[in-house]
Amino acid sequence: MNCIIILLIYILGAVATLASNSKNAAKIALVTSLINAVIALVLAVDFMNGNNISFVQQWISNPNISLSFVVDGLSLTMLLLTTLLLPIIILASFNTLYSKANQLYALVLFMAFAMAGTFLAQDGLVYYIFWELALLPIFFIGLLWGSDDWKVRKRVMITFFIYTFAGSLFMLAAFAYLYTKTGSFAWTDLSQVMLSTKEANYIFLAFFLAYGIKIPVFPLHTWQANTYEKSPTIGTMLLSGIMLKMGLYSILRWQMPIAGNVSAEIINTVIVLCIIGIIYASLIALRSENIKRLLAYSSMAHVGLIAAGAYIGNTTGYQGAIIQMVAHGFVVVGLFYLADIIHNRYDSYLIKDMGGIRSQAPKFTTFFLIIMFASIGLPGTFGFIGEFTLLFALSEKELLYAVFAGTSIILGAYYMLKMFQNAVLGSPNSKVFSEVTTKEYVVLGLICVVLIGLGIYPKLLTDLFI
Amino acid sequence: MSTLIALASLAVLILVLEIINLRKTIVPLTLIGLLVALGFNICDFNTIDSFYNNMIVVNKTTTLFSSLFIVLTFFIVALGQSFYKEQYDKISDYTSLKIFLLIGAYCMVAFGNMVMFFLGLEILSITLYILAGSDRINIKSNEAGMKYFLMGSFASGFILFGIALIYGATASFDLDQIQLASSQLAMPKWFMVGFVMMLVGLLFKIAAFPFHFWAPDVYQGSPLLTTTTMSTLAKVAAVGGFYKLSLVFFPVMPAHFSSLIAFLIIATLIVGNVMALKQNNIKRLMAYSGISHAGFMLMAILIGKDAEPHLFYYMVAYTIAGIAAFSVILYVCQDKKEELIIHFRGFAKHKPVLAVTLSLALLSMAGIPILAGFFGKLFLFTQALNQGYYVMVVIAVITSIISIYYYLKVIITMFTYKNSDAKTTYPKNFIYSTVAIIAIVINLIIGFCPSLIIDLF
Repeated sequence: MNCIIILLIYILGAVATLASNSKNAAKIALVTSLINAVIALVLAVDFMNGNNISFVQQWISNPNISLSFVVDGLSLTMLLLTTLLLPIIILASFNTLYSKANQLYALVLFMAFAMAGTFLAQDGLVYYIFWELALLPIFFIGLLWGSDDWKVRKRVMITFFIYTFAGSLFMLAAFAYLYTKTGSFAWTDLSQVMLSTKEANYIFLAFFLAYGIKIPVFPLHTWQANTYEKSPTIGTMLLSGIMLKMGLYSILRWQMPIAGNVSAEIINTVIVLCIIGIIYASLIALRSENIKRLLAYSSMAHVGLIAAGAYIGNTTGYQGAIIQMVAHGFVVVGLFYLADIIHNRYDSYLIKDMGGIRSQAPKFTTFFLIIMFASIGLPGTFGFIGEFTLLFALSEKELLYAVFAGTSIILGAYYMLKMFQNAVLGSPNSKVFSEVTTKEYVVLGLICVVLIGLGIYPKLLTDLFI
Repeated sequence: MSTLIALASLAVLILVLEIINLRKTIVPLTLIGLLVALGFNICDFNTIDSFYNNMIVVNKTTTLFSSLFIVLTFFIVALGQSFYKEQYDKISDYTSLKIFLLIGAYCMVAFGNMVMFFLGLEILSITLYILAGSDRINIKSNEAGMKYFLMGSFASGFILFGIALIYGATASFDLDQIQLASSQLAMPKWFMVGFVMMLVGLLFKIAAFPFHFWAPDVYQGSPLLTTTTMSTLAKVAAVGGFYKLSLVFFPVMPAHFSSLIAFLIIATLIVGNVMALKQNNIKRLMAYSGISHAGFMLMAILIGKDAEPHLFYYMVAYTIAGIAAFSVILYVCQDKKEELIIHFRGFAKHKPVLAVTLSLALLSMAGIPILAGFFGKLFLFTQALNQGYYVMVVIAVITSIISIYYYLKVIITMFTYKNSDAKTTYPKNFIYSTVAIIAIVINLIIGFCPSLIIDLF
């Protein structure tokens, strides 16, 4: 079994979805994503048995570019995250009826194709192409299916597009420079390139622009909350669940190995920026009245911690970042799904319109509680393991970092519980809140199983890359 | 050489066909004739030859460049069949003018002698002056033709004066002899003055800073198909000629000359992209976008011989995307007086395939992978970094970011839909849509396999 088969199935699925009618599109997309989830699991078993599942083929001789998709622990974990989250995301979107669903789901599958390609590609340029390809579908998803007034939405999506495109062009320039040094775009050559500190600084900063915007790291985050808010739920889930992991993954895969020679001041500045982002986003989340914005900022706080851990550059940070990426992917998709369910019932994202859900929908409340605890990082959930490892990694570098980053747990618990209190608890609302349907039950159940299962037995995942 | 003869006969044949009342066969026969000329041209692919005392030189580079010109003319003539529907009695003039234009373009890359270069330049320019003013009853078209003619003849004058000075310094019009003389003997001051004079004229022809002011006005006033011709065929022909001259003259220029060119490139990129931001007329927008692309092509000229395949690749990518984009623009603006961007509103709802085609063409110009424009830019960046032009590359990157905004503006307008747009109708037009789709498919193919072009060299 070869890893390229996943990419082919996604692209075929996208074409099939586009050709189908609006009614069947979602089902075709779901089947495609399920097939790929199974294949990814088979690939993981194959990989653990030591089989070679990589694909390498020369593409362009001058400049020297090859289509190389190499699987190792890191990319396999990310591939599993993508392929396993996608069916959940698609299933979660069944709640909403989208117009022109065939185009929407074709774009979703195309985006999955691009993201999977980004995680697999081991040639700098092929990686860059997939990185950029992932941007186009999400831009159109947000633009054409998003909420709010067209003018506002247009402005938000253009800001998002230009922000991310700007960052990645600098990354392209960095790759072009590296090519002039090594004569190759292959990861194996680039990771061994000898750069002087000055060169490494520039390369590091060029990469940082691309990844800092994508993740986002303070102060490059201004596109994020608006984009999350205006995108349709399926777009928000794709963005927060998988797409921003592209940035985090790229730090581990490209930035640190290539520009590891960067000067200590720059790396410390970047880590401090990440930590400022954690506290800053947590404080804004505290004051947010819109549940989608609150989740957007909470997500920013969490990925800030992951980014800080990734930039530490030691083994603990590396492993913690990977674990937490997976955990965050499932948690954030779960949280946005919960918000979407509430929105379906109440037709509002404002927290002040909610309340009294517990007495009407106990099952929903239970799911909410589990996912929320995973988000806070309560021991026993998967969120705890990653968060603890990351904080430990930060303390290895500098205790103060860990102290300040640790406030994210306290603040996180505070704003999440406050939100839970206002949105779910309280006296029964005059509006009716119906209990979760079977589809919702399945989605939430799956997420909770993953979060608790891996929380109790994380070795299942960590075996892949340790 | 056989190409040139074939093209010249074709142009005369068109005029004869008009005389013997076979007007309906003109366009199909011209298309066939162009294919034949392309065939002749490809036969010359591996030959190195020169004719008439080195007036015309045929080698691999010439063949490739002129093949591109022939293909572009093919598309433009095909579009003309539909564009000149209302003045079909003049189709022979329009078509033959375009073939003459192609002959001029051919001479501009195949010259071995400065006289031939000037001849080609003038054939190209004069046909363009006529085409720009060809919409006789439209005041805007008159203005465009007049403006272009006045400024263009000034530029030609500069080039001619430059050639004269260079002749004064080297006692020859022959390119090889000039190269020989300038590299071995100490050159008088007016040799450099002469080349700078030529530089002025050439920068005018490719619409680069600081001689770009004519472009938006002339593009806007000219009939749309003439704008298409100017921004694709005429532009790359001038770049091709410039490139050939630069190989001879750039090495013998003073040390700081490359800084001057680098400055011009940076200014061209900034002016083109920044001015495009606020345009509401699609022709003006394409004019400014064309100015910025001239900056990119100048970058390849600055790098020199190493960048030859990459310059050619960029030309192909840019012109093919341009043909695709303009075909869709022609489609949308068929019965409109002005070509405003607002006319594109709701187009995606009516014609989704063509809307996607225009989006892809614009995204190619912006440099989004996997379209051809991306590799064009990537190759140039890599080469420029290789030569140490770091600042230039950083500015090129920044201006590319700016450019994405105005390309997106057009794309988003197409996908915007208001209820009032339901009434808008777009007359069906088979030729425009076919050309657009063929061009964008070519763009995608060379985007997927850039080796197809690069490995030709």
